[in-house]
Amino acid sequence: MGLIWEGIKKAAELLWTLDPEVLGITLFSLKVSILATLVSLVLGGAAGMAIALSRFPGRRLLISVINTGMGLPPVVVGLFVTILLWRNGPLGFMEMLYTPSAIILAQTVIATPIIAGISLAAIQQLPADLRLQILSLGASRWQMLRMLATEARLPLMAAVMAGFGGVISEVGASIMVGGNIKGSTRVLTTATVMETGKGNFDTAIALSLILMVLTFSVNAVLTHIQQRDRPR
Amino acid sequence: MNPESPLLEAQDLSVLRGGVQVLEVPALVLRAGSVLALIGPNGSGKTTLLKALACLEEPAAGGLRFRGRPLASRADREAYRKEVTMVFQQPLLFDTTVARNLDAGLRLRGVPGGDREGRVLAEARRFGIEHLLGRQARKLSGGEAQRASLARAFVLQPQILFLDEPFSALDPPTREALMDDLGAALRQTRTTAVLATHDRMEALQLADRMSVLHQGRIIQSGTGPEVINQPVNEFVAGFVGMETVLPGRVTASGMGLCRVAVAAMEVEAVGDPGLGEAVLVCVRPEQVTLSLHAAAGTSARNSFPGTVTRIVARGPFFKVELDCGFWIAALVTPRSLEELALGPGVAVVASFKATAVHLIKQPDCPVEVSGRIR
Repeated sequence: MGLIWEGIKKAAELLWTLDPEVLGITLFSLKVSILATLVSLVLGGAAGMAIALSRFPGRRLLISVINTGMGLPPVVVGLFVTILLWRNGPLGFMEMLYTPSAIILAQTVIATPIIAGISLAAIQQLPADLRLQILSLGASRWQMLRMLATEARLPLMAAVMAGFGGVISEVGASIMVGGNIKGSTRVLTTATVMETGKGNFDTAIALSLILMVLTFSVNAVLTHIQQRDRPR
Repeated sequence: MNPESPLLEAQDLSVLRGGVQVLEVPALVLRAGSVLALIGPNGSGKTTLLKALACLEEPAAGGLRFRGRPLASRADREAYRKEVTMVFQQPLLFDTTVARNLDAGLRLRGVPGGDREGRVLAEARRFGIEHLLGRQARKLSGGEAQRASLARAFVLQPQILFLDEPFSALDPPTREALMDDLGAALRQTRTTAVLATHDRMEALQLADRMSVLHQGRIIQSGTGPEVINQPVNEFVAGFVGMETVLPGRVTASGMGLCRVAVAAMEVEAVGDPGLGEAVLVCVRPEQVTLSLHAAAGTSARNSFPGTVTRIVARGPFFKVELDCGFWIAALVTPRSLEELALGPGVAVVASFKATAVHLIKQPDCPVEVSGRIR
C-alpha cells in the first residue's frame, strides 16, 4: 500500500509543479489525438453521410465492414501501419515510421470507422422524408447536406467524442508506429507503459491520472449531450 | 402566360421501385388557382405521384412541363423546386425555434432579411401560431407542429403547394380545425395546390377537382360531385361510399328511366342504357330507407322485402346489411334501429328512389343472365 500512497503523493507533486516533461507529453498526446480525430471527422463523416444517403450494390456489406471497423484492435492497426511504413514497405519511401505523423496516421485508421459508423446511424435515424422536405423548401444539394448534419448535430458530436476517446486511450498502435521516443513520439499511454516497466510508479500514476481526467472529461461531455437530447 | 394554359403538365409519367412499375400516369394537367385532390387507398401511388410532380422523385420515364416549359435539366428542376413546395404527413420541423423554421425556406431561397420577418409573422398569424414563434419546434403538440409546417410552406408563397395527407396523423377535432384554416388560406391566397388524401370528405371540402388513383393509375378525374356521384367503376364506387354494388342487366329502357334485372329482382333507375346491356347498380347506404311493411304512397320506386343479416356501428349511425335476394346496405339512426326492433333475422322492406341509383356500364360479358330475369 505504501508504494501506491507514495506514488500518488509524488504524482500530485508532479502535477502541481507542472513538471515540464509530463506537461510536454500531455500536450503532445492531445495534439496528436485531436489532429487524428479531425482527419477522421472529415473522412468518416463524409463516408457516413454518403453511405446513409445513397443506394448501391454492396452497401449492406460496406456497412457491416464499417461496423466491424468500429471495434478494430489498435495493436492490429499498429501492425499493419508498421508494415505499410517499413523501410522497404509500400510507403517506406515517406520515412514516416517512428514520427508523430505515423501515430496520427494509425490513430486516424482507428477513429475513422468509429466516426463513420456513428454518423451513418445518426443520418439514418432522421426521418426519411426530411431530405425531401429540405429540398422542397428550395435547398441545393450542399445546403441539404448541411441542414441534415445540423439536424443530426448531437449524435455527430457524440461520434467525434467517441473517436477521440478511442485514440487518446489506445497504446498498441502508438507504441508500434511511434516507438515511444522521448521528446518526439512519447504519448501518455506509451509513457505510462514505460514508466511502469521501469518501476517509476509515481510518474506512471501521474500520467494515468492525467489520462483518466482527459477521457473522463470526454465521456462526461458525451453523456451530458446524450442526456440533453433524451427528454423529447 | 395564357391564363388558359395549364400551370403544370405531366406526360407519360412512370416511376419504378425495384424494377416494378408503381406509377403510370399518361397525362395530368393542373390549372393555376385550382386545387386538385389525389384520392385513393394506401399504396395506390398518391404520395409517389405527388413527389414526382414536386420533382422530389426521379421518374423512370416521362416528364413535367411548368408554365409550358419542360423541366429538362437538373438546373431546371432545382429552379422549379424553388417555386413550389411540399408539406408532408409528418410536420418534419427542424430542431430549432418555430420562427427559424418558418424562416427556413426563405433563407434557402435567398430572400432578404427585411422581407422575411413580415412574411413569417403574417403566416404565423394566419395559422394561429404567432404566440409559439419563440418556442422550440420539438416541444409543439402534433396539431401545432402541423400548423407550423403549413405556415412554413405558405411563407414561401409557392406557385404550387403539394400536400401529402397533412392531417392524417392528427386527432379529429384538431384535424377539422386545421382543415378549415387550410381551406381559408388556400382561397385567400388563391394558391394552386395538389392534395393527396384517402379521405373523400377532406377532398370534397378542400379541392375543386379529384383524381382517383388505384394501383398507380388514375382511373377517374372530375369535379368532386362528379366523382362522388358518378363513379366509373366498381373500385371507385366502393371508395366513394357506394357500398351496394350489384351486377345486373337492362331489361327495359326509355324516357330517361330504365329497369335492371338484379338477381331475381328488378331495380328501377334513372338513365338510358341500351337494352340488354350489363351494368352495375350502385346505391349509397344513406339513400336506403327501411320499414316494416311495404309503404303505400311512397315516391320510392324500389321496394324489396328482405331479412337483416348483420348490423355494424358506423360512427353515430348503424349500417344494416340485408338479404333481399341480393346484398344491400342501409344506414339508420340508433332511434330507427330501436323503433323497428332491428336485429339479425328481422324481416324488413328496403326502399330507395330511382334517382338514388347510379349505373355503371360494364364491358359486355358473354355470360347469359337472362335466365334469372322474370
